[in-house]
Amino acid sequence: MKYARHWQMATTKTLTQRAMHDWLPVVVVLMAVVLAWYVAAWGLNAPGAIERVLDEEAGYTQMELFEATMTMERPLMPAPHQVAMDFYESLTEWPVDSPRNLIYHVIVTGQSTLLGFCLGTALGLFLSVLIVHSRTLDKALLPWIVASQTVPVLAIAPIVLVVLGSLGFSGTAPKAFIAMYLCFFPVTVAMVQGLRSPQKIETEMMHTYAASRWQSLWLLRLPAALPFLFPALRVGVAAGLVGAMVAELPTGAQAGLGARLLTGSYYGQTVQIWSALVMSALLGLALTGIVAGVERLVLRSRGGV
Amino acid sequence: MTVANETSGRSSESALAVDVRDASLIYNPVEAPVHALANIDLAVRPGEFVSLIGPSGCGKTTLLRVIADLEHITSGSVLVNGVSPHDARLSRAYGYVFQAPALFPWRTVLANVTLPLQIQGKSKADAKRIAMEHLERVGLKGFEGKYPWQLSGGMQQRVSIARALSFEPKILMMDEPFGALDEITRDRLNEQLQQLWQRERRTVVFVTHSIAEAVYLSTKIVVMSPRPGRIVKVIDSPLPDERHLGLRDTPAFMELAHEVREALADGHH
Repeated sequence: MKYARHWQMATTKTLTQRAMHDWLPVVVVLMAVVLAWYVAAWGLNAPGAIERVLDEEAGYTQMELFEATMTMERPLMPAPHQVAMDFYESLTEWPVDSPRNLIYHVIVTGQSTLLGFCLGTALGLFLSVLIVHSRTLDKALLPWIVASQTVPVLAIAPIVLVVLGSLGFSGTAPKAFIAMYLCFFPVTVAMVQGLRSPQKIETEMMHTYAASRWQSLWLLRLPAALPFLFPALRVGVAAGLVGAMVAELPTGAQAGLGARLLTGSYYGQTVQIWSALVMSALLGLALTGIVAGVERLVLRSRGGV
Repeated sequence: MTVANETSGRSSESALAVDVRDASLIYNPVEAPVHALANIDLAVRPGEFVSLIGPSGCGKTTLLRVIADLEHITSGSVLVNGVSPHDARLSRAYGYVFQAPALFPWRTVLANVTLPLQIQGKSKADAKRIAMEHLERVGLKGFEGKYPWQLSGGMQQRVSIARALSFEPKILMMDEPFGALDEITRDRLNEQLQQLWQRERRTVVFVTHSIAEAVYLSTKIVVMSPRPGRIVKVIDSPLPDERHLGLRDTPAFMELAHEVREALADGHH
């Protein structure tokens, strides 16, 4: 009995210790960021507040100045609680299919990101298999693949949208295309390295079994490349999100987080820009989180390697 | 039989498991030729346990790799079961055990052993049954669900032997399979390998640089020497086929070991 209680106390202690260990750094960093944010909002908004809100002739206290910087209509730098309020109102006061609800934009952007991510991953896998199996393609394709990434997306996006638009593709497809354009690169590079990672002894062993190229690919090269694939997928899905949002900018900005950013800057709605930014960061975190979850499941199913 | 032998000279040759004639392998023939193998003649009869022994650089591993179609000779001829090494490999005539276990870390022990069977298109159930049998034969029953990193080095190499034998190849080729193991593990695996050979009498070509290992295991010892890689002596073992570790302290064993050592020393001059 005594021992049991002792043991229980020990575990609760380690549990709180574990929570402290896991969450304390995150909370500390978050608090530092919020504090810095408030300080920045105060400093940046002060001139505007003095000019537009406060009566300079009548005079004002520092406290009044601080309060003014925190509650401005269109601040240069919205305070965290203003963004949080806007965020909350957008989610609770509007139906999901309303353009005023951020979830609506998350769905629009998320759709094109995910479609582009799947297409980009497929293209990356296909290209890497070709490159690994053919010296000619290795030499012919790789420079083009690298060069494709040196062209700014911002320059490519309008061209792609116009061309695809004239072919009758609008909405998700062109945005997914841009997302794919950014996704396939990390996947291709990582998979070329991964598919080449088996050692000589392993490829020779497959050779002694008279395994076909396909069997070597399926049974040796692909499984060996998996640990290389997942980090590339995490990078790829984040890059795809950027691509999808950039592709939303030149379309006349009807829907999506990118469009939300653009309309915000048209009308000087800084709070709206910031809540869209926070939402896109959350979406990016969620997408990489999903990829990381799949990675953990897959790697666990093969013994953690 | 004798008549047949006389009328077609090839029939007796094709009965050999391995038949190497005047084989040479020269790397870099133009710039800086390296004679990895020079005029090798070697005949291995079915059921023999042949060890290739010699110092590093004598070409023993290269010779094994030539027989396994992992390297190609520049002149001469090599026949494995009467056909070229290439055809022998395609007909899965041999199993090859490398210096390292080369197990796939993402596969369980069982899945590693079924790998060659899977490549040959055996059904899942058949492959599993056969693999379990072979794991039991190398004393690893109960470890089939483990992953390679959960096993010791000696156990990993036993898995790789089970894998090489899983498709019942006629010839087993082993390239210093126990070289990386400690001496105690090595002795035990030598004994198990000896018993395995006793039961099945499969042809084995075994590369080693340990005299004790070669003498204990082999029915024929091929002593090689470097620069150029060549065979200096072929010794048929006078030891009985039935062997146990205690044999190593007998005068017959020591005499044979001495003979091998002498041949190795001669090769150096």
